[in-house]
Amino acid sequence: MLPPPVRAAFFPEQAGPMRSFFHRGGKFQPLQIDDDERADLAVPDGLWVKCPQCGELIYSRELENNLMMCPKCDFHHRLSARQRIDMLAEADSFEEWDTDIRTGNPLGFAEPSGTYEARIAKTVARSGETESLVTGKLSIGGQPTAITIADFSFLGASMGSVFGEKLSRASERALTEGLPIVTVNASGGARMHEGLFSLMQMAKTISTLRLMGEAKLPHISLLTDPCYGGVSASYAMVADVIFSEPRALVGFAGPRVIESIIKQKLPDGFQTAEFLLQHGMIDGIISRPDLVTSLAQVLRHYRRSPGEALPALITTNGKIATPAASAIQTDNGVPT
Amino acid sequence: MSSVIGRVRRPGAPEPEMTEPGAPGELTAWDRVKLARHPDRPHTLDYIDELTNEFTQLHGDRTFGDDQALIGGLANFRGRTVMIIGHQKGRGTVENIQRNFGMARPEGYRKAERLMRHAEKFGMPIITFIDTPGAEPGIGSEERGQSTAIAESLLTMAGLQTPIVAVVIGEGGSGGALAIGVADRVLMLENAIYSVASPEASATILWKDVAKASDAAASMKITAQELLAYGLVDGIVAEVKPAHERPRDVMKAAGAVIERNLAELEAIVGKKNGRETLVRKRFEKFRAMGMWAIES
Repeated sequence: MLPPPVRAAFFPEQAGPMRSFFHRGGKFQPLQIDDDERADLAVPDGLWVKCPQCGELIYSRELENNLMMCPKCDFHHRLSARQRIDMLAEADSFEEWDTDIRTGNPLGFAEPSGTYEARIAKTVARSGETESLVTGKLSIGGQPTAITIADFSFLGASMGSVFGEKLSRASERALTEGLPIVTVNASGGARMHEGLFSLMQMAKTISTLRLMGEAKLPHISLLTDPCYGGVSASYAMVADVIFSEPRALVGFAGPRVIESIIKQKLPDGFQTAEFLLQHGMIDGIISRPDLVTSLAQVLRHYRRSPGEALPALITTNGKIATPAASAIQTDNGVPT
Repeated sequence: MSSVIGRVRRPGAPEPEMTEPGAPGELTAWDRVKLARHPDRPHTLDYIDELTNEFTQLHGDRTFGDDQALIGGLANFRGRTVMIIGHQKGRGTVENIQRNFGMARPEGYRKAERLMRHAEKFGMPIITFIDTPGAEPGIGSEERGQSTAIAESLLTMAGLQTPIVAVVIGEGGSGGALAIGVADRVLMLENAIYSVASPEASATILWKDVAKASDAAASMKITAQELLAYGLVDGIVAEVKPAHERPRDVMKAAGAVIERNLAELEAIVGKKNGRETLVRKRFEKFRAMGMWAIES
């Protein structure tokens, strides 16, 4: 669990002449991070991170203590899957699923720099994740739910066979256990190295999640920065409820692709969460401090009405439990 | 181009039918890309003219507009009414601008989805013709929810209780192609391609060099023969000669293969709980797609 937001002015040495030095711009631009590099950015101890929105230099620890939000402008920095789990899960409630599925190389794909297998092995070693999607179940604000989290630092959270298989298995298991599903989505698009196998994951994930819909189990999609291509054009955008983090970029085609085709500059705010909300594509925008309470609140709406048989819920200690009807009727967000 | 054509196998095959799975072609992947994009290759409306009667085109998404790049309507195909939906490329600059080079916008996918539901309502089978470089990338398309429109079409197709046969007749480009491709049978013309991104886009994404498009075409395994071997498509329509050279023969061949597949699907529907069986089989087919390993 991440500590609660701290905005106190610590690190006083930041505030003096040193600070204005960093703000001079021009010649000295520490840690200039472009989009590609940002994907690889884990925040090691004791480093300064420049906020992509306001340019503020933030001490990495301060960023971590503030839910990875810029203390100055609230820009939501990208989270790893593990950081997201820490943020959402009630203490120790996360149980990970399908950790043994490994990436294959269906096309025998090789880049000039090496094989696809080598690329994966390197990414696994660097990230500590086995693939770009982490799945499991956890409890958010008293609401047990299946969850999938895309990790953008793993090859841009590109959707290949393992991503599709893990997502499908998660929704099938949610179906079996009578759980809703929350998908935390980010992606640069399809995993190019797996060719048409990757494209077909769009059909596969949406087909499997459709079965949850048939069983009247809700799918809540949370869009995070950035979410493009095959993920946005499949299950992420047809959830029962779609939320986004503020300023997240979400779209079908990436801004650089569009710009290169139409040969004009894109309007300010194009493809941001706010743009999507304005155009009627999403249900709402939730900033991180409100995420747990908002997700828990929406999940409560889909609990079965009192008197109706409730789906069996498997608690975090593995025992099957049927929640009492009284547990549903809370008015303060806290289950009884 | 003619030297390329001379090397196409199966010259003068009598009654065209599906070729053998995995049979290696003599053309390179890039040769196929050029054939798939050939301006004289028959497009959706040509297939409709050749294979059906009484085509009644239906327009509009009832929300925003009518997309000329993705067309559809009712037609009589060999004695039954079917819903036909397909990308439509143009011939020449003027028509290609009108058709947006076969790149559909959200209203196109919403029209397609509307027509699919219409077909299901009246128990009509659906035939889709896939021929697009990809869904249109642009400001308007993003404003009107290109992702959402494609996703909703995929979701609808996954649950449609009516037979669907999809035929990739030229370029099967990315999500814009798959949006009308979640079918019980996915067929490809012998010289069609089907890819997660165009060879040019693939080369740019993978190697930041658009000039390597022909390498990307080979690496990405986009030909009908390769995709049939992977089980990602269900059959191939042989081209006795590339479709732009012998369009009527190739379209007739496609008609025969479509008819055979449609008849098989109609036989399933005719059985008890047949429509549910159809949807289940379609689900199982797409659910099984992917290649991964379990670590022991």
